[in-house]
Amino acid sequence: MSLAKHYPDRPDKVYFFGTCLIDLLYPEAGLAGMQLIKREGVQVIFPQDQTCCGQPAWNSGYRDETRAVVLNQIRTFPQDYPIVVPSGSCAGMLRHHYPEVFKGRPEAGLVEDFSQRVFELTEFLVHVLKIELRDLGEPTKVALHTACSARREMGVADEHEALLRQLGNVQLVEQARKAECCGFGGTFAVKHPDISAAMVTDKAKAITDTGADQLVSGDCGCLMNITGHMQHQGIGPKGQHIASFLWERTHAAES
Amino acid sequence: MQQKAEFEQRVQKALNNPQLRRNFRVAMDGLMEKRSNAFPDKEALEALRITGANIRANALVKQPELLEQLEANCTRNGIQVHWAETIEQANRIVLEIMERHQATGMIKGKSMVSEEMELNHFLEAQGNSCIESDLGEYIIQLDHETPSHIIAPAIHKSKQEIAQLFQEKHPDIPYSEDIETMTRSARKILRGKFFEADVGLSGVNFAVAETGTLCLVENEGNGRMCTTVPPVHIAVTGIEKVVEKLADVPPLLKLLTRSASGQHISTYFNMISSPRKPGERDGPTEVHLVLLDNQRSRIYADEELFDSLRCIRCGACMNHCPVYTRIGGHAYGSLIPGPIGSVIEPQKFGLENFGVLPTASTLCGACGEVCPVKIPLPKLLHRLRYEQVRNDHTGATIGQGSQRSTREALIWKLWSWAHANPAVYRGGTRLAGLLRGVVPNKIGPWTRVRTAPKIAPKSLHQLAREEGFENE
Repeated sequence: MSLAKHYPDRPDKVYFFGTCLIDLLYPEAGLAGMQLIKREGVQVIFPQDQTCCGQPAWNSGYRDETRAVVLNQIRTFPQDYPIVVPSGSCAGMLRHHYPEVFKGRPEAGLVEDFSQRVFELTEFLVHVLKIELRDLGEPTKVALHTACSARREMGVADEHEALLRQLGNVQLVEQARKAECCGFGGTFAVKHPDISAAMVTDKAKAITDTGADQLVSGDCGCLMNITGHMQHQGIGPKGQHIASFLWERTHAAES
Repeated sequence: MQQKAEFEQRVQKALNNPQLRRNFRVAMDGLMEKRSNAFPDKEALEALRITGANIRANALVKQPELLEQLEANCTRNGIQVHWAETIEQANRIVLEIMERHQATGMIKGKSMVSEEMELNHFLEAQGNSCIESDLGEYIIQLDHETPSHIIAPAIHKSKQEIAQLFQEKHPDIPYSEDIETMTRSARKILRGKFFEADVGLSGVNFAVAETGTLCLVENEGNGRMCTTVPPVHIAVTGIEKVVEKLADVPPLLKLLTRSASGQHISTYFNMISSPRKPGERDGPTEVHLVLLDNQRSRIYADEELFDSLRCIRCGACMNHCPVYTRIGGHAYGSLIPGPIGSVIEPQKFGLENFGVLPTASTLCGACGEVCPVKIPLPKLLHRLRYEQVRNDHTGATIGQGSQRSTREALIWKLWSWAHANPAVYRGGTRLAGLLRGVVPNKIGPWTRVRTAPKIAPKSLHQLAREEGFENE
C-alpha cells in the first residue's frame, strides 16, 4: 500500500488508459470515466495506439514478452500529463510493476517517469479533481467490491467508498468478508478453475445476501467474474463499473 | 506436468469435502479475528512490522558471521553444535547421537524442521520410536497424517473427528467430544512418555548469536518437558533462524504470537542456554543443536528470493489466504502450505516438483499485507512464476525452466506481438466486435460456473474517436 502519496494540482489535460478488458467488453465504463473527467473541465486525451498494460504475460512469468508490450504503452503516452486508469489492477501494473519490469535496464529511468504519472480513476477524481457529485438517481442499495489490487496495491479502497458516499440516494451496504478476493486473479481463473469457482461462489453469495440492488466495482476483471457467476446462477444484483454508475447517476443535469 | 495433475486431484478432493471446507473456514475466520484484535492500533502494528522486518533482514545480512558467533557461544555454554548441509546429514547426526547413548525412544516437541527431515520415518526405519507430544502433532501422528498448518497441524479436523480417532486408537478411554476432556486424556497418555524417552527433540524459534541461547515458543508445556526431562536434548533448526542479539527477541516474539494466534504471549517461552550444570537438579546432561542448510544457502544467494528466509513461521499468511482457506494444507502436497510454502517449498525441493504452487494464487496480496516481517510474498510468488518458465538457465532455482511449454511460450509470443503493435491490436478488437454474434458462449472451464462475457459492438477506441476525444 502506498502511504502519503503525492497528488499533483489539477492539470489542463490528462491521458486516459482505457485497459484492454474495458476496450473489448465494457467500453461504456471507459467512456463514463472520460466523461466524468471532462465534465470537470479537464481535457481528456485517448491515444489510439494504447493496447494492454501487459499484466497477463507479466503474471504468467513471460517477462521478455511483457517488455515489448510495456514499451508500446510508454511510447504512446509521451507528454508529461497524468495518466488515468479505470482499474486498480491495470493501474497497479502501470504504477508499481512497470519499474520492476525494467529494473536494471537502460529504459528504467524512462519507465519510472511514466509510472509516477499513473493514477487510478477514483483517486484521481477524489484527490486531484476534488470532484463533488450530485446524485440525481432514485434511492438504491449498493454493494461495492473493491479489487484486491485497488485495495492493497493502489490503496484506493477509501476513495471508491468516498465517491459512493457522495451520492445522497445511495445506501452502501457491506458484504461479509468484503476484503476477500473474488477468485479472478487473471490467468489464475484459467489455470485453477475449480479453486476460482469456489471463491467466486462465496463472493457472489456474500453480495447477494446483502440484498443490494446493484453491485459496483472499480475493476472489470472482478466484475466479469462475479456478475458472470451471478448470471449463471440466476442470483444477485446487476453489476456495473463504478465509473458507469457515477456517470449515470449524475449526468442528467447536463441534458 | 504430473505434479499439476496430482495437485488438481488433491484440490478436487478438498473442495468436494464439505466437512473439511467448514473446518478450515471456521478456523481461519477465528484466527484472522484473533490476530486483528491483538493489533488494535494499526500504526503501532506497522511500526512493529518494520522493526521485525529490519531485525530479520539484519540477521540475514550478517548470517555468516552470526552463525559462527552462535556456534562459538553455544559451544562455550556446553551446547554441542552440528552442521548439516542436507536432510540426510541431519538425520544421520541425530541417529549417531542416539546411538552413542544407546537410545531408542524419542519424545518430540513441535518442529517443522524435523518434518522437513522426515525424521520420524528415518528413525523408525532404524528401529527407534518417535512420539509427538504437541497435541496437534500427536493427533495427526495417530492418524498417520502430515501437518495441514504450520502452527496448528491438526486444524483440518473437527473435534468430532478427533473424538472418533481417539476412540479408535485408545478404546479404553471413554468417548468424549469435549475438548478439555480429550486434552486431558492425551496429556495423561503423554505424561509417562516424557519419562520413558531417552532423547527429547525440539525445534528452535530464535537462535541468539550474542548469547548462544535457543528460544522456543510453545503453548502446552510439552516443549519444556521435551527439553528438560530426557537426559539428552536435541534441537534441530534451519540456519536462517539465527538472530543477532537478545534484544531482537521481544519484538519478534510479540509479532509471532500475535500474528499466529492473537496471543499477547505464548503460555511458555523457553530460553535454553546450556545443559544441566553441576549442582543443578534438573535438565538434560547433553544439549545438541543441529543446524540444517537444505538449500537455504542457495535461496540466500539470490538478492530477491533471499527475503523468503525472513519468515518466523507464524502462519498468518495461510490464515489470510483465500486459496488456503478453500483447499486446506494437504492439497498443497508440500510440507509448508499456503503462500510461504508456495514460495519456500519449490525453492527447496525444485520447481519441477512444486512449480504448480506459485500459480495457485490470485496474487491478491492478503498474505503480504499481514506478514509480520513484511516478506513480499506476492512478489516472490511472481518471481517463481518467472523462474519456472524462463529459458536462460542461470541456475538461481532448482528446476528453473521446468514448466516452460512450447505451446504456452508461443501463445505469449503471439500475444506480445499483437499487443506491441497497435494496428494489429485495433484490427483484432474491431474484428472481435464484428464477430461478437458468433463468439461461442462456452469458454472452457470459465463458463462452467459463469456466463460468458459479451464483446461490445464498438470498442472504447472507436467510441473515444466518435465522441471526439483527441488522440494526442
